[in-house]
Amino acid sequence: MLDLIFLVIMIGVGYFAGTRVEKKHYKSIEEREAKFIYLPAVSSKNLLEDRPIDSTLLVQGNAVIATDYFKVILAGLRNLLGGEVSAYESLLDRARREAVLRLKESAQGADIILNLRIETCQISTAGSTEALAYGTAVYYKK
Amino acid sequence: MILTNIESTPGKKIMEHFGLVCGSTVRAKNAFKDMGAGLKNIMGGELKSYTALMEESRRQAIERMEEQARQLGANAIINVRFSTSNIAPGAAELYVYGTAVKVE
Repeated sequence: MLDLIFLVIMIGVGYFAGTRVEKKHYKSIEEREAKFIYLPAVSSKNLLEDRPIDSTLLVQGNAVIATDYFKVILAGLRNLLGGEVSAYESLLDRARREAVLRLKESAQGADIILNLRIETCQISTAGSTEALAYGTAVYYKK
Repeated sequence: MILTNIESTPGKKIMEHFGLVCGSTVRAKNAFKDMGAGLKNIMGGELKSYTALMEESRRQAIERMEEQARQLGANAIINVRFSTSNIAPGAAELYVYGTAVKVE
């Protein structure tokens, strides 16, 4: 009985805290994405413009995001029936977008980021993911 | 040391190739920090201590790779790639590799 109460509390805390945290995070991601709209990060390796280059720099950004308990239960139920697990989709989406934003933040003054690569890895079995974004920042001669 | 993850160093010509260089580090998580992470796993959100740990470990792997390149007489590393593998529960290997070159 005590176990059941504990479980319900964990799910409840997970649902309310998790939803709030996610909403706040998405708001912050969207704000910062709008701020960095001037700095394109592309997956191609070649520059379109033929301008003199001052320097290049390897830049990276990473983020480890944990899922909440409510989503763990939700995904667990999904595992019985199969199908799309949207609870984990938003987790990965947040981690990747956050990593790309951190990459852009570390490339102050750059003109373009070439060959953007995103890699993910599982940190723990409990459901936290790391996303790593890296690329080559190009600075044109001013 | 110039690092890029493309096959060239834009704006600079490659003079000489030295072959593959790599650096790796295996890190285990801190059990005390992991207690905080356990709480975060209920509430959701970013695990800041893990983000910092991974960043720091990756920097160490890059330093090791750069050291190897320096010994070969290179001054740039092109086509840098990162890779992560879980070798045991709670421990991860961070591996970075690239091609050491000499640019003008």
